[in-house]
Amino acid sequence: MPVYRGRFGVRQAERLLWRAGFGPRPGQARSLARRGLRHAVYSLTRPHGKARLNGPRPTDGDGNPIAPYDAWGHDVLWWLDRMVRSSQPGLERMALVWHDWFATGDVGSQRFSVNQAKLFRLRGLGSFERLLLDVTTDPAMLIWLSGIYNSKWSPNENYGRELMELFTLGASDDSDYPYSEDDVREQARALTGWRADWRDDVGYTNFRFDRSYHDAATKSIFGRSGNFDWRDSCKLCIKHGAHAPYFVERLWKHFIAEPPDARTKAALIARYRASGHQVRPVVEAILMHPALYEGPSLVKPPIVLIAGLLRARGRGVDTDAWSWVSDLAGMRLFRPPNVSGWDEDHWLDTSTFRGRWVAAGYVTRDEEIATDGYPADEGPREAVNKALHYWAEPSISALTRDELEAFARAVEDAATADWQQGSYRALRQNALRTLIATSPDLQAC
Amino acid sequence: MACHCNEFSRAHLLREAAAQAGNGLPAIEPGMPVPAGTGLNRRSFLLRSAGAVLAVYGAGRLGVDELSAGIARAQGAEERVLVSVFLEGGADALSVLSPVTNATYKSLRPNLALGEGEGVEFRDDANWHWHPSAAPLDSLHRAGKVSLFPAIGYTDPDQSHFTSRHYWEVGALDPRGRTGWMGRLLDVIGSDDNPLQGLALDGWLSPGLATSSKPVAAIDGTTYDLWAPGVWGDVEALMHDAIGAVGAGHAASQDSGRRRAGTVAAQSARLREQLASFGELEVPASYPDHPFGQELAGLAAMLAVGLPIRCAAVNAAGGYDTHDSQESSFGDDLGTTSQALAAFQADLEARGLADRVVTFVWSEFGRRPEENGSSGTDHGAAGTGLLIGTQVVDQVVGDFADLANLDGDDNLRHTSDFRAVYSSLVEQWFDVDGADVIPDSAQFTHPTLIG
Repeated sequence: MPVYRGRFGVRQAERLLWRAGFGPRPGQARSLARRGLRHAVYSLTRPHGKARLNGPRPTDGDGNPIAPYDAWGHDVLWWLDRMVRSSQPGLERMALVWHDWFATGDVGSQRFSVNQAKLFRLRGLGSFERLLLDVTTDPAMLIWLSGIYNSKWSPNENYGRELMELFTLGASDDSDYPYSEDDVREQARALTGWRADWRDDVGYTNFRFDRSYHDAATKSIFGRSGNFDWRDSCKLCIKHGAHAPYFVERLWKHFIAEPPDARTKAALIARYRASGHQVRPVVEAILMHPALYEGPSLVKPPIVLIAGLLRARGRGVDTDAWSWVSDLAGMRLFRPPNVSGWDEDHWLDTSTFRGRWVAAGYVTRDEEIATDGYPADEGPREAVNKALHYWAEPSISALTRDELEAFARAVEDAATADWQQGSYRALRQNALRTLIATSPDLQAC
Repeated sequence: MACHCNEFSRAHLLREAAAQAGNGLPAIEPGMPVPAGTGLNRRSFLLRSAGAVLAVYGAGRLGVDELSAGIARAQGAEERVLVSVFLEGGADALSVLSPVTNATYKSLRPNLALGEGEGVEFRDDANWHWHPSAAPLDSLHRAGKVSLFPAIGYTDPDQSHFTSRHYWEVGALDPRGRTGWMGRLLDVIGSDDNPLQGLALDGWLSPGLATSSKPVAAIDGTTYDLWAPGVWGDVEALMHDAIGAVGAGHAASQDSGRRRAGTVAAQSARLREQLASFGELEVPASYPDHPFGQELAGLAAMLAVGLPIRCAAVNAAGGYDTHDSQESSFGDDLGTTSQALAAFQADLEARGLADRVVTFVWSEFGRRPEENGSSGTDHGAAGTGLLIGTQVVDQVVGDFADLANLDGDDNLRHTSDFRAVYSSLVEQWFDVDGADVIPDSAQFTHPTLIG
């Protein structure tokens, strides 16, 4: 397995924090760089104990505590807050990967959505089989893909199909590989037996496996026969020859822009299988791979950028606007666009760029610099440095710095009257903050 | 409840200018066909004559001025137009038109079957009833403006949403197809500088419109601002310039991520700059108050001012992936869709445009005849197709599906093939040899669809 041997400095640490977390807190990239690549990666993938939450507690726009299970959009605030404050951002980022992977949308209950996210956090770096088993019987998923409607008298194929097509094996081809339509039906039968009760006051409740609802007859899946149940259904997928290649390629795509070369892919597959389908060793191999540090930058998912801007400011979640602002930017948590999740190749267009712009404004807007009394002698370079400091010194390209300084000079040229000298420089500082937060340098890392 | 497979679950209302560059279909996973049009270069510009932002695909090196000039040159030619309306999720053919007297139907659909006294009698056969919410379609049919395909599909039907839709979009059973069937038609009949010739109405490029060489476009919203806290006046104007300058610099970057971000930033700055204030489109009251109705109303208005549109694509109202509690959404969605289609037809007729527009309505598959235990239906095969217009032959193409003769997966067998319909439209509506657009055209008898 190729491992990155180059310099592991602030830039590399910064990239690692954006890819496997939610960007650096002030000074964090520098301190992480001092630990070296291996320990830096482990600090994200091998957290100890319980996560601490650092910083102000989340509130809605009116200063009230959030109500993740009950108030509309507060499910988003709940998770965004964890992304911003958790001392274990690697786990939180893995949970986000699984949310995209098992893309579950609105199930009519924020409690179930939030609990599913907690499951992703709990199982995010362990056995994929364990994760898959738990997801299969997770209430949100049982509602989302009709598991609770799947009984021996009337099989519902929804979960059985997506279990293979989207979660473990990839789409079937003309020659019925990795699975046939018969396999879909037999999987549905194997998965029967889960139920829930509906109560008008609480909604779905009492999720359980009911043997009398399960089809106990013999099924034939992938050419094997047996009295398979939901556990077998998952395990047969994991054991399928198509699973490991699908798994490593899809996981890789969450961290690195260009696909793995053949040698790397084979090594990842071998490592995944040898580990007994553990997630952590594969993620660690990806995070130490040269392609992560030497390859092109990766466009940040919108919610990752938003969390990162808040982290850079040491700011907490203090407005319920984030639910719709993140949607404008193209990534509203708990509302993936469809059952196959978000499209990581198309985060950016003119519409979602505007969403990112609005997001930057929501981070800066309560900290606007007033025009009164602003120093009238601040120079262009000083102004840019100050705005970079505001965002905790992100790395930016020489090109961006040159353009920002050109803007800063143009503002000075426009300030012709005496009264404009201070006030234009104040407006300039406000503008520089937004220009940096929306610059290409901060959209991709 | 679990309308999981549908793009419509995205919260459209909160996105003022919804746009997903080049991805008419969802994310690509290994083994899943790559959506047609993926990777086409996307640029945005303001179409002043319609007061809307256009996202243009596949325009090569042509600049905004050349595209504007191309549109102006093509304007007013009064060419024939095809509108493609997609019912996303796999609409249940047996609920659009139900064999209410059929005993097998009643036994396969104990919860979902339409009663013999319900719905609207199909004009030509009282044993079949339209869903009550489809009454506007019945009116169009009774007025002689519909070719109905009661069981349209293809051999060896694929039951993945993504793969089956892909086949319909590319007009072939080809997982590797990269151009849409309307896109290939536009490659033949289109011009090099008129992106409006292939127009997606709901924000992202429909894969069916993906061309190999000619530009096409998607309507991308009608407002666009970039406002920052604590910035105004001269400094705001300079800031807007700076977005474009920073973006343009990175648009030439060697790094693919920053290049993408820079390109989009530069496009965004330009869009904002081009923005002028336009009055909102007045939607006639006959359209349902739903984005689908507004999109069709906008299309009629654009055709009325002579904009050079040849093929338009739009998603119908709602989502049809009804695995459970089918009746909780199906009636409303089909109702809104039917009302909007009828309003669009009436609007075209009132504007004197009806003789040059036909509308084709389709879904990626129909659903399993036997309902599941959740008062829903699983993925099936043959579905319903409709061709609507004053020039359309009043007919039923292919037999109604035979519930006594299901396929090996217990699904409806198709009695018409979408590739035959595409071939007929290409030949009879656009005067192009079907084989030039549809690879398997010669395998099929091409029904007479245009009178």
